[in-house]
Amino acid sequence: MASSLLNSSVTRVSQWLASPLRPRQYLELLNPLWAEQSCGRIEKIQRETDNAVTLVIRPNHRWQGAVSGQYVRLGVDVDGVRHWRCYSVNSAQRPGDETFSVTVGRVNGGRVSTYIQDTLRVGDVIALDKAMGDFVLPTDATAKLLFISAGTGITPMMGMLRSLRDSGIAADVTHLHFAPTEKDCIYFNELNDFARRPGFNLHQSLTREGGQHFDAALLDNVCPDWAERKAYVCGPEGLMNAVRTHWQNNELSSQLCEEVFQPVRAEVPAGAGGTVLFWNAGSSTEGAGDKPLLEVAENAGLLPKHGCRMGICQECVVTLREGQVRDLATGEVFGESGETIRICVCAAAGNVTIDL
Amino acid sequence: MNAPLHMTDEQLKSMTERTGLPLYLSDEQVEQFGKEIDEVRRRIMSTVGERDARYIHKVIKAQRWLEIGGRGLLFAGILPPAWLAGTAMLGVAKILENMEIGHNVMHGQWDWMRDEQIHSTSWEWDNVCPSSDWKHSHNHMHHKWTNVVGMDRDVGYGILRMSEKQEWSPFYLGQPIWNLFLAVFFEWGVALHDLEAEKLRTGEKSLKDTVPFLKGVWKKVRKQTLKDYVIFPLLAGPFFLPVLAGNFTANIIRNLWAYMIIFCGHFPEDVADFTMEEVKNETKGGWYLRQMLGSANIKGSKLMHIMSGNLSHQIEHHLFPDMPSNRYAEASEHVQKICEKYGLPYNSHGLGRQFGTTLAKVMRLSLPNKKAARETVTA
Repeated sequence: MASSLLNSSVTRVSQWLASPLRPRQYLELLNPLWAEQSCGRIEKIQRETDNAVTLVIRPNHRWQGAVSGQYVRLGVDVDGVRHWRCYSVNSAQRPGDETFSVTVGRVNGGRVSTYIQDTLRVGDVIALDKAMGDFVLPTDATAKLLFISAGTGITPMMGMLRSLRDSGIAADVTHLHFAPTEKDCIYFNELNDFARRPGFNLHQSLTREGGQHFDAALLDNVCPDWAERKAYVCGPEGLMNAVRTHWQNNELSSQLCEEVFQPVRAEVPAGAGGTVLFWNAGSSTEGAGDKPLLEVAENAGLLPKHGCRMGICQECVVTLREGQVRDLATGEVFGESGETIRICVCAAAGNVTIDL
Repeated sequence: MNAPLHMTDEQLKSMTERTGLPLYLSDEQVEQFGKEIDEVRRRIMSTVGERDARYIHKVIKAQRWLEIGGRGLLFAGILPPAWLAGTAMLGVAKILENMEIGHNVMHGQWDWMRDEQIHSTSWEWDNVCPSSDWKHSHNHMHHKWTNVVGMDRDVGYGILRMSEKQEWSPFYLGQPIWNLFLAVFFEWGVALHDLEAEKLRTGEKSLKDTVPFLKGVWKKVRKQTLKDYVIFPLLAGPFFLPVLAGNFTANIIRNLWAYMIIFCGHFPEDVADFTMEEVKNETKGGWYLRQMLGSANIKGSKLMHIMSGNLSHQIEHHLFPDMPSNRYAEASEHVQKICEKYGLPYNSHGLGRQFGTTLAKVMRLSLPNKKAARETVTA
């Protein structure tokens, strides 16, 4: 009681002392992990294949833990700009273990994945968001499972498999994994170790070495009791669509758990606008490709805070939730979710959702 | 050659005489000028990256260590050398925080990094003026309406007469004194910017109207004064007074320096001011031109530029308010070349000349306009 009182008054006083900053903004001068915001230090970088590395990350005090299979957003500063990307947690949950790991596959032309592969070093500190998602093992430990993955889509499954192994549960798991060649197959050795365990049935299909792609016949062949299993799928769009359709056609959608790992971004025709969704207001309207979002909002009856209406005063800055916008001064189309934009000089480029 | 640069004939004449430059540009030339300025912006912003991010992180780190060091030394402030060094370090830290960091972050100069901690929407500075008020009075009113008499409240801060176009009243006879007060307590002048003191004097606004605004300011004032004048001195125990005096002096140092740099930005000799009439239907090119003619640079060393928050490149800051400040020096080379090409004045002098002519203006305008000038204004 007395110590908590002391603690809270120390906190109070240190806040007064640091104002207008917060105490941790001074503490982080000594150790970046003492920062106020959630971040983590790269403990280990392990190469899996030519195009994939595993990062072992030690998160700071803000970390609330992750369940294997969930995704976590990593904020990586590339050329001075913070980019956020989602990766699946693929380490087992072990009590007392203060690290977690993700595997990052190289995306052709991908700024972040390329940076992580080529430039990121052990000891670097990156920003983190809390782990999210329900792509995790079922609470019922006796449930029979089916994993379908392709490429780096295997990473969340790996988290679940390792968790099962480490907690000593001999679950009944069938795993269909697709990769172009053996060389592209991450966790190849570990997977084959799993394959020697009772109850684990692995089917790897090397599609560029004569292996089959996913279809109903293959599924029936490899896993005749697929309809009785709780199924998980993660991979490129084509695989996801094929699996989803098959489960839908069999009216088993409720048994299928999906994890998308590539954002699908529609191509925006030059100059086109789109539907503007005002997140806080819960309303939407059409926004022309050459009309500032501020005007679009005003015409829709909203009264956004703003100042100069010419892009210099920062009073109208809002967060972009989804979609992209066009800078009306330069014509540049840009935007990632979480980025802030000046609505007086940005127009919709395709469908957008903004925090208004 | 029909369109004067949104300046009165009197201004044009006096500037042409003093500078010997041809100040008449056609509408097309003004637009062309604007496009070339846009191109400077595009070229520099396209190369903004890691080097710049490292710069601002370095300045922020240095500023925080300086502040810790200064406040630490002041705890030993009973010893005169420690007091002097501590006060100086804290003063410098406050200057850096307000000018090279706070002012520029709030302009969105670092928003491109997408770092939520160094962002115009989240930054709060060590100043009694709340950042939200500042973004209105400074980013919007001052930067959009630079030197437009009646719109830009930086023209005199409601208590000084800094343009011939402001009507004279006997109140301004005291302005050398008001000016001194403003300099010493500059952060308070900035905080009370939106109070519209001139309207209170004329009775256009009642004291009651100001209550909501003052309540907002009070919240910030309470935090900053409590910190500098109560908590830190109390922590020092028996050395309460040296710490209090050191903090007070550091705030005054910051006030004087900020005041001087900011006044040198728009009030030295040969800087133009404008009327609402002159900026009617202003084009983008015309806006750039007004920003340029209404601002003045201070020549100096790299240290001088950093300590002024790069407002020593006031012209570039007004052309590109959201460009990272460490790139203004580079921008100024391009802008000067464009000015030469169009025969436009580029007002850049040493601190002595800029501040000297500013003080002379404070003195001169405390008296009514001379007859000739008065006629132009009423004409």
